[in-house]
Amino acid sequence: MAIANSVLEAVRTEMGLHPGTYPCKVGVRIGELAAIDQDALRFCFEAIVHETDLESLALGIEVCPRRHRCQVCEREFVVRDYDSRCPQCASLETTCISGDELELAYLEVEEYGPSTVGAKSSQ
Amino acid sequence: MDRVPLERKVLSENDRVAAELRARFQEHGILCLNLISSPGSGKTSLLERTLETLPRHDRVAVLTGDIQTENDANRLKRFHFPVKQITTGGTCHLDARMIERHLADWKLEDLDLLFIENVGNLVCPSSYDLGEAAKIVVLSVTEGEDKPLKYPSIFFKSDLLVLSKIDLLPYVPFDIEAAAENARKVHPGMEIVKVSCLTGNGLHEWMVWLEERRKARKPLAQQPVSG
Repeated sequence: MAIANSVLEAVRTEMGLHPGTYPCKVGVRIGELAAIDQDALRFCFEAIVHETDLESLALGIEVCPRRHRCQVCEREFVVRDYDSRCPQCASLETTCISGDELELAYLEVEEYGPSTVGAKSSQ
Repeated sequence: MDRVPLERKVLSENDRVAAELRARFQEHGILCLNLISSPGSGKTSLLERTLETLPRHDRVAVLTGDIQTENDANRLKRFHFPVKQITTGGTCHLDARMIERHLADWKLEDLDLLFIENVGNLVCPSSYDLGEAAKIVVLSVTEGEDKPLKYPSIFFKSDLLVLSKIDLLPYVPFDIEAAAENARKVHPGMEIVKVSCLTGNGLHEWMVWLEERRKARKPLAQQPVSG
């Protein structure tokens, strides 16, 4: 719930920089090591936008796999089933380079036009 | 429709406060450790045994988080070190602002070591940086040895795994080697100590780990200068 709140706060802050528009969709990136359950985040997000001016805001979630880089041959690869051995040279000397993301990726905004004036005044 | 790139962390505000805390801890040569586990794994017991072992004049303090009650702070206060309870009132983790607020009336120059006992939870506390130098995850042998695989985030982010309640090993079907192996699958090279707070077994290894971390932490200005 606190994560969903932080996403929403970021949207509100960002919207201050884009007068004359309203937000349609916010995109977040979640690494598989980030300990965030997609369904739980979606549920919390929907609960906190419900019956607010951001009720129509959609949430886009991109899940990022755990990636390692081999320190021996520099191959970058996706780690599956916790097997962090390099698929190219079989070295165990590999380091995690991504997979714990909890990031705001983008915000889609739409300009208020004649057709959306009603939506604006109802806020 | 315009797409505006945001490209920042969801918890950037928490991270900002945590970075400030980390800088303050560094400035004062404080080693800050964030203890995380499921409820009932033995974080408070480990702290009790630790505070009991440390010399009375040691510059140590504890912030202990729970959803409700002052019980943990009361348990820890009898060792005469500064202890403060953080009751979150429902929140399942501590965040950097809570730490900042509860540190406000402590003089950081009087401290060398700060323990933060997080709310019992293996999930959300892993997302919130508290400005600590290291996270420590505690896993008791009455839990499953596959917990590192079920909750990889916290095992990945912690420097040390404390396997606790090892006095119960003869009575529970817990494969301690499998638990260690699972932790190292998630976090290759993870340091592990095995302790029993009841018998004292393994506490020496824990105290050695702690002492090494404390030595590594001291800023140059605080180390004895010869001549």
